[in-house]
Amino acid sequence: MSKVLIIAEHNGAALNPSAAKCVSCAAQIDGATIEIAVLGASVATVAAEAAQLSAVSRVVTIEHEQNDPAIASVLAPQIAALASDYSHVFGPSTTFGKDLMPRVAALLGVNQVSDIMSVEGSHRFKRPIYAGNAIVTVEASADSIVVATVRAASYQAADGGNSAAIESADTDVEIPTHTRFVELQTGQSDRPDLQAAAKVVSGGRAIGSAENFELIYKLADQLGAAVGSSRAAVDAGYVPPETQVGQTGQIIAPDLYIAIGISGAIQHITGIKDAGTIVAINKDEEAPIFEVADIGLVGDLFNIVPELTDALG
Amino acid sequence: MEKILVGLKRVVDYNVRVQVKSDGSGVETDGVKMSINPFDEIALEEALRIKERGEASEIVVVSIGTSEAQQQLRTGLAMGADRAILVETDAATDALTAARIFKALVDRETAELVILGKQAIDDDNSQTGQMLAAVWGRPQATFASEVSFDGDTARVTREVDSGLETLEIDLPAVITVDLRLNEPRYVKLPDIMKAKKKPLEQIPLADLGIESAPTINVAAYEPPQDRQRGMMVENVAGLIAALKDKGLV
Repeated sequence: MSKVLIIAEHNGAALNPSAAKCVSCAAQIDGATIEIAVLGASVATVAAEAAQLSAVSRVVTIEHEQNDPAIASVLAPQIAALASDYSHVFGPSTTFGKDLMPRVAALLGVNQVSDIMSVEGSHRFKRPIYAGNAIVTVEASADSIVVATVRAASYQAADGGNSAAIESADTDVEIPTHTRFVELQTGQSDRPDLQAAAKVVSGGRAIGSAENFELIYKLADQLGAAVGSSRAAVDAGYVPPETQVGQTGQIIAPDLYIAIGISGAIQHITGIKDAGTIVAINKDEEAPIFEVADIGLVGDLFNIVPELTDALG
Repeated sequence: MEKILVGLKRVVDYNVRVQVKSDGSGVETDGVKMSINPFDEIALEEALRIKERGEASEIVVVSIGTSEAQQQLRTGLAMGADRAILVETDAATDALTAARIFKALVDRETAELVILGKQAIDDDNSQTGQMLAAVWGRPQATFASEVSFDGDTARVTREVDSGLETLEIDLPAVITVDLRLNEPRYVKLPDIMKAKKKPLEQIPLADLGIESAPTINVAAYEPPQDRQRGMMVENVAGLIAALKDKGLV
């Protein structure tokens, strides 16, 4: 019988949406028992949120001052100690999970399955390689614990309405002090979070400047959308790195993705392949973005975007 | 610090559009251009800059693979690394085994810092650095976009989903690098000539006595499901009509 422990990402106040997607992934394993671990300093609110997710049978909390903010080398030994009761340990393919889970896997003496996009059996999964240019079916050893990250964009969030038991646990492990949190700089914004947003408006190099990105912000605000960008726009300094969508940025699956002045390099396409509808606005009709767009419009973005924003107002 | 180890993985060049073989047995690599994993090039560039600032004495580049990986190590030497080590094996190396190999080399070389790419662009695992830090019992600072040192500590700014996180870590440590940390230098011809004379040590993997890890086997390869090209609209009115049709606005 499979027993899956999901490591929840959170910011101390709310559960990250990736947790509900990890639950959907775990639920694809036949007959799996699903539990969620929440590590932090004071996690009652987050644990209560996790307990509502359907198919979850128990939420385990580990509270320590040192667990907030999350540091991989601090959390990993606690998770590895907790893991002995489970057949699988899943985390999200966010920067939180990508940083943490391989450290957990190594402490448990196993390799990790990165970026699960589909479950083919309790130890058999599909995952992308080569920036999504190939999909492999991988088989983890049936004799060892499975440590994996889940590609959140491949899954819908699990429903709520549950009320799983919440129990606190403690692990008798030494917590290292060699790594210290200094600060987190976030681009403070009232716009929706890129990972969670139903609509995303992204701008590329053709936007031309940080000032011109105002056009993208206005359209995004009109739609209630999050703002994304291409690597070229970030490299040019128009927008901060956390807006980058693509293989090396964020991989997202909104209902609507509007790519403006983005040519559509494979690395970018990898990040949006699971979007519901892709709209491309570009002046180059040969741009590769049109090969994956559901709706394409060739023209000058500096005319089209203001017109579109006005028309939606 | 005395010594920095940098990993250089030989991978299919990032400009190559990788294709799955028609029989599903793997991806087409015959006659395909091979290069240093781009993130590893950034790792080496950072190590070189640390040395050029006078904060490190020696840069050792390491690769794991067949003797062909000597090409990538020679490129690393031409960029400015002092020495190279090739851990030779014909088998594909999983991330945990790679981490254990680096741990063995860290012990042998008494390195104080290991800089690796945040992921390799072939298997996209993003595991080796974190695993090395775990088996070494030392700090990890992944996805670095800024690195500085103050005595025995490093300050590393990391690109995370919510913004930029800064950590302070005690050395020895592992740093994995993101795209925006630096722009790697170009190799000049005289440097390529000079690199031929730099030491490149080949160590058979078996000589390191590495414990093997449970592997994750690849059962099948398939091409991704491509999205279909959709419709083109003439103007904004057409776009809005199409969006309304789908119930998106």
